Amino acid sequence: MTRLEKFQNNRHALGWAFMLPATVLLLLFLTYPLGLGTWLGFTDAKIGRAGEFIGLENFSFLVTDSVTRLALFNTLFYTVVASIAKFGLGLWLAMLLNKRLPFQSFFRAVVLLPWIVPTALSAIAFWWIFDAQFSIISWVLMKLGLIDRYIDFLGDPWNARFSTIIANVWRGIPFVAISLLAGLQTISPSYYEASAIDGATPWQQFRHITLPLLTPIIAVVMTFSVLFTFTDFQLIYVLTRGGPLNATHLMATLAFQRAISGGALAEGAAIATLMVPFLLAAIMFSYFGLQRRAWQQGGDK
Amino acid sequence: MSDFDNRRKILKGSAGAAAAASLGAGGMIFSPLAQAQNMTFKPEKGAKLRVLRWSRFVQGDIDAYMANVKKFTEATGIEVRVDNEGWEDVRPKAAVAANTGAGPDIILSTNDDANLYPEKLLDVTDLAEYLGKKYGGWYPAVQQYLRPDGKKWLGLGLGAAGSMIVYRQSMVKAAGFDTFPKDTAGFLALHKALKEKGTPGGYALGNATGDSLWTNWLIWSHGGKLVDKNNKVVIDSPETLKALEYGKELYPNFIPGTLSWLDPNNNKAFLDGQISVTNNGISIYYAAKNSTDPKVKELAADINHASFPIGPAGVPTESHLFFNQMIFKYTKYPQAAKEFLRFMMEREQFDNWLIGAGGYIAQPLAAYESCSIWTSDPKHTPYRDSVKNMRPTGYEGKLGYASAGAGADFIIANMVAEAISGSKPPKEAMERAQKRAERYYKV
Repeated sequence: MTRLEKFQNNRHALGWAFMLPATVLLLLFLTYPLGLGTWLGFTDAKIGRAGEFIGLENFSFLVTDSVTRLALFNTLFYTVVASIAKFGLGLWLAMLLNKRLPFQSFFRAVVLLPWIVPTALSAIAFWWIFDAQFSIISWVLMKLGLIDRYIDFLGDPWNARFSTIIANVWRGIPFVAISLLAGLQTISPSYYEASAIDGATPWQQFRHITLPLLTPIIAVVMTFSVLFTFTDFQLIYVLTRGGPLNATHLMATLAFQRAISGGALAEGAAIATLMVPFLLAAIMFSYFGLQRRAWQQGGDK
Repeated sequence: MSDFDNRRKILKGSAGAAAAASLGAGGMIFSPLAQAQNMTFKPEKGAKLRVLRWSRFVQGDIDAYMANVKKFTEATGIEVRVDNEGWEDVRPKAAVAANTGAGPDIILSTNDDANLYPEKLLDVTDLAEYLGKKYGGWYPAVQQYLRPDGKKWLGLGLGAAGSMIVYRQSMVKAAGFDTFPKDTAGFLALHKALKEKGTPGGYALGNATGDSLWTNWLIWSHGGKLVDKNNKVVIDSPETLKALEYGKELYPNFIPGTLSWLDPNNNKAFLDGQISVTNNGISIYYAAKNSTDPKVKELAADINHASFPIGPAGVPTESHLFFNQMIFKYTKYPQAAKEFLRFMMEREQFDNWLIGAGGYIAQPLAAYESCSIWTSDPKHTPYRDSVKNMRPTGYEGKLGYASAGAGADFIIANMVAEAISGSKPPKEAMERAQKRAERYYKV
């Protein structure tokens, strides 16, 4: 047997060989940048200048920095409110699309549009909706005589927060809806038939069949949704650049502003690193969601 | 200075270049037969240049720039590739080029970029002194940016995109002002009158990288400043407080929504006739004049420009986007690069470029005040003195990472927005700014 044949017949060696490309890709494009980013957070690097290790100094400053604290609050608020809205509306939309509708595939395709359009483009569309002087909403309401001055969508801190959340929800719903729709279609109709014979109401069907069987999908979808929302950047950058008065600055936009525009690479990296615990928490949530699935299917765990 | 001194200085400069020549690079030729002040650099054999510049704000700029580049290639045979990037993207790219030692030979960037990595830039003192002497001297702000130690030039000034007062003549007149006020008291009175007439003004208070520069003027005009000469943060001061209180009186007269304004908002609102006065580059006028919409075109006749009013500080305190030209030390063709910049800055080329840019760019050298663009349309004239009346960002401290970081973090702009919109008491906004700035300026 030649060496090559030996190698080809060795399950372990072959297994490692097949995994090699993926491993290299992951190490090169995920682990390395992540590691480098984390390391930078512990240095005083500037753009164009390598830094020296300074321990936790960046973090101890950021904890006291009012803008960073505001950005953390904004990010959590943005993520929680937008994710709940996306989940509720997305689930509702998925159930509607799961019913027999005329032009079913057409509707399912159209729903995906907001997800397909590049964020920068949809953000520009929202810009026109929320503009202080040219807002289409304000214009219509003015014409209808319902308001006497334009709504300051992006100029008032709380208005701006909710406006950006609405834009994010609009953009994120299709992902949630289509994924949940896929989940709904894996549920066997026989459960519904059986429960109907037993006289279950639609609410009972939803509560005791749909929801439990959909839980694993929900866990995965919502994890991704939370991750996307938490790390959102483009939408804010185009709509408000973090304004007014930093009321919509997210961790990601603040990290960019400090690191790239401001040249404080290390501080930006530290802000980005501060996001990691929250992201990890979201991933843990998904992990335990998946555990529950094993339990539901009669597994030991 | 006598002719003899000039010659000596130039000869002294050529000694360094001659040393470079002996290493195989080009040298400088001093030709006494031509004008005594003419200087050229001898490009290296087979030289090619790559230039990275901010992408044009007005089409005429890049057209004229490329015409000059073509002329240079025809005259010297040197191929020049010009890449364009949005001006905010040039800064990180330039920094990475400086750090990695590879990239374009010449980068045209903004504000205090040259002060971030001075040791990575080719010394252009001979060229800068030559141009300064020939063209009436570099304005003080250019020297503060590019000759921080008073001796060595890190790069050349290119000019600045002036951010001036843009106003509607008819509306200002209707508010009872025949000319635009020249002092801050008149400025406030005008805005109150404009508001009463239902034609308010408006200035960006969001995180707008360009148009929020007017907040620097607001603070400086009242004698406030972020740091003193020794980079000590002094924004928490009675002068700043006065400026903020003045701003607090000014703000209620703005059109609603300015807190959300980014760079394009005031342009749109102005062209739509919703505001009577704002601060901007000449691009609003340019857009109106070249508009295909007859209504907007008509507007151009009513648009006029003015310098920012002078406040209690008693001197002009304008803040504009400054452009520099840097040659990186890693370039293989330093002589060709210098020759390129020299060529582009000489009257035959630079005049045409200023004209092409339609007044959007103001010159860094005093002699170009006589460029025809400033008089071909009297409405261009206020932009002429942009660099002359400008203070560098990070006034009046030393420039570098601290000034760049503080500027990009909108410390002044946020402070002004917080205080004048009433979201925070001026005193508190000022203290917050002080704390934020101290972080950047910590030793």
